[in-house]
This record gives sequence, structure tokens and C-alpha cells, in this order.
Amino acid sequence: MEAHAFRGDETLVIRPGALLAVAKFLKETPELDFNVLMDLTAVDYLFFAGGRVQKEFRFEVVYHFYSLKHNHRLRLKVPVDEKDPEVDTLNDLWPSANWYEREVWDMFGIQFKGHPNLKRILMYEEFQGHALRKDYPFNKRQPLIGPQN
Amino acid sequence: MSFLSSPTGFLTSKIKDALGWARKYSIFQYPFVTACCGMEYMSTAASHYDVDRFGAGFPRFSPRQSDVLFVVGTISHKMAPVLKTIHDQMCEPKWVVAFGVCTCTGGFYDNYATVMGIDTIIPVDIYIPGCPPRPENVIDGLMKLQEKIQKGEQSRTLYDPRTKTGRPAELQQGYSIEQHIKHIESAS
Repeated sequence: MEAHAFRGDETLVIRPGALLAVAKFLKETPELDFNVLMDLTAVDYLFFAGGRVQKEFRFEVVYHFYSLKHNHRLRLKVPVDEKDPEVDTLNDLWPSANWYEREVWDMFGIQFKGHPNLKRILMYEEFQGHALRKDYPFNKRQPLIGPQN
Repeated sequence: MSFLSSPTGFLTSKIKDALGWARKYSIFQYPFVTACCGMEYMSTAASHYDVDRFGAGFPRFSPRQSDVLFVVGTISHKMAPVLKTIHDQMCEPKWVVAFGVCTCTGGFYDNYATVMGIDTIIPVDIYIPGCPPRPENVIDGLMKLQEKIQKGEQSRTLYDPRTKTGRPAELQQGYSIEQHIKHIESAS
């Protein structure tokens, strides 16, 4: 969809449907050889720039790749819709994606299709909602014990 | 009064005072360390500041064998049931020290994860605010705890956020998010 570089950091923005193919290409092409998944996180653009910037999608899943052999990096962004927030899991290509994807599910509520164990990793099972979504009230608490404060 | 200071050498005190005297110099503490306050706790416990001078140099890592619970560091809602269980497992008489401002009031945290003061879950005897508190501060709190133990006093009440009772008045003057927003708006 889009490619740009900012201060030497290359970024690709791709459609969710192309994620698995692109990721496989990045990992298995010898000249690229991105063998490390450095980070996997997400961004909620609901009130981005104070609501002045309206994006056609709500979330973006961000992948940071690194190649030990070539010492180069790449950032991959996948826009995700609010109605059906789901992308493919990268767990089969980079096993480190397992916990990252669980964290993104826990905090943003983005599903990862094909993930072997997609459950909360930081919050407790009784927690309702997803805490880092911008429409989650930042000081809303769901205590397990003690008063509702 | 302490029977050691008696000029005649006779024990003319009450048994309660003797018990208090014995208890305050043999504090078996349970360090419930969860966060950065732990560093300052270790510094206090180590030889330079030396809590052993106050008879509290013997941490027990079983709640059944300890009589003072040191809650050192932020308590999250996920951790809260564990803390409550630990407190329930301790034998009477028991005391609780809230070490650091996160355990006293929640500190600067005001979010989905943090318990706003452990006194909403378990009764607290001594509050040691600070982020983290200096070792001198901790030792001051420890000496205040010793006074409390000597008198045989124990806290039994929880903090109620609706009525705002059960917490020292000094700790009530929090910095609310409304104040914070007002502060930002007046600055910009």
C-alpha cells in the first residue's frame, strides 16, 4: 500500500491479506533474511492527533524485523479495521510472536488467526475489555477484591 | 515501662508491657517486595543502615513464621488476592507496614492496573510514603511501629474510598486528575 523511509528506517504498509506472504518472503529470501522479530505491537488511532486526523482504519499492527546476518531492519505496518480486528499469526515463522500477539490481544483486542494459545498475558481472565484501547477509560478499574474505586 | 530500667531489679510491670517489649525487639518481617522500592528496602536491611539494630534483621519468607508484613512496591489488581492471602496466613498478632507511596495511596498511578492503596484490602499500621522512601525514613517508620507494638495496638480498619475514612489525613491530599487537567490547561 505504501512505503516510506524516515531517518534511515524503512517502513512498509501492507494489506492484512498479504501479511503471511510478505512475512514469508522477508524471512526466506537470502538477501533479506529477517531472522529476528524484534517487536510486535499495535496502535489505536481513534483519537489520533486530537481527532483532527481521521484514518479509514482504527488500528495498526506494527512489526519490527531485524536481520542478524545483514544488520538491517524493516518496519511493517498492517492496518486493521475496527469491526473485525483480525490478522494472521506469525507464530509459525517467528515463535517469539506468540507472547507479543497475546499481549496485543490483551491490550487492544486484535485477534490473531491461527494462534495456538490466544489468551490474556498481562491482565487477569476476569478483566473486561482491552485496556490500551483509546475508548477504555484510563482510570476505570476492575478490582478482583476490595472496593470499587 | 521497661523492667530493665527498674532500679531495684524487680519486675513490677504489667505482663502486657513485657510482651510488648519482647515483641518490638524481635520483629520477624515478611518482605512482600514487588517493585523498585525493593532496592531501598535492601539498602535499609543491609549493614550500612542495619535494621538488625531494631531487632528486625531476620526476614522470614513464610507468612506463618512472621509477624510484620512489609508491603514494598506497587500492588496491581492481579496481585491483590495474593497479598490478601498472605496477610490471612499470618498468625496473630500481626502488623502491616506500607512501604512507599504506591502502597500508601497508589502514588502517581491512576490507571486500570493499580490498587489505590493497600489499605483498601488489608489494614495498615504504619505508612512510609516516599518514592522510594530514604532508609532514614524507613527506620523512622520502623521505630514508630515499635512504639505501636509496645502499646499493643493494631490497626483493624480498612480505608473506605466512598467515605474517605481509615487513612491518615496527610495521605488524603492526593493530586487528582481533575487538578492535573486544570494545571495543564492553565499552563498552555
